[in-house]
Amino acid sequence: MAIGNAIKQSANTMTNQVNLLFFGQLKERLQCENYNIEIQHPLSIEQLKAYLVSLEPTWQVALNDNLLIAAVNQQIAQQHAIVKGGDEVAFFPPVTGG
Amino acid sequence: MTIEITISHDDFDIGALHHALQIGNVQQGAVVTFTGLVREFSHGDNVVALELEHYPQMTEQLLLTIAQQAQQRWQLGRISIYHRIGYLPLGEQIVFVGVTAKHRQSAFDGAQFIMDYLKTQATFWKKEHFSHTSQWVEFKASDLQAQQKWR
Repeated sequence: MAIGNAIKQSANTMTNQVNLLFFGQLKERLQCENYNIEIQHPLSIEQLKAYLVSLEPTWQVALNDNLLIAAVNQQIAQQHAIVKGGDEVAFFPPVTGG
Repeated sequence: MTIEITISHDDFDIGALHHALQIGNVQQGAVVTFTGLVREFSHGDNVVALELEHYPQMTEQLLLTIAQQAQQRWQLGRISIYHRIGYLPLGEQIVFVGVTAKHRQSAFDGAQFIMDYLKTQATFWKKEHFSHTSQWVEFKASDLQAQQKWR
């Protein structure tokens, strides 16, 4: 039974968990580079940010920076893009490499 | 047609990278390379080092896409992109872009296109360290303008 439970839990995790990554200055402002949340249904990037702020109120200003870029599963995504369980979502400031 | 992309903490050898573009490559008569270095002066203070971080996987994929676009647009032969990450003291090499083409103009344009897109699209972030403070580098509008001229 223990094995059955473990499998069920891992399937659940795959469906509901969203892995969030933060880079550059944003990572320092949030003091966080990796954050896992569970979502009950798909959310837009905008809704995801609002949900994150409800969990971490001190992130409000940094997450609402207009210059922030979002990526879903390593593809640049707009505010209305949909995030579902199992996705990797990254937020970062404009890039400055080279 | 080959594309080599490396992201590493380790330094690179320009001679070796140039050699790899050139060796046995009799179809192409032009090799153009660019090397970016950590420079001293920024915002009125002396830079001691740069710190570079990136978004693994996404960066590689973006660089590959940029290289493929350049390859198709200018019929480039070989492309080599090497970008360093981590703590890079003053004078260190940061980035290398090298391309080959039949003629020089395609090679110049292709290399410049890759650098302009790399600076505005590839997921790297740079922090400048001064003697007592540090500061994340701000995105420059001039870099975006340089990229937009290729549209």
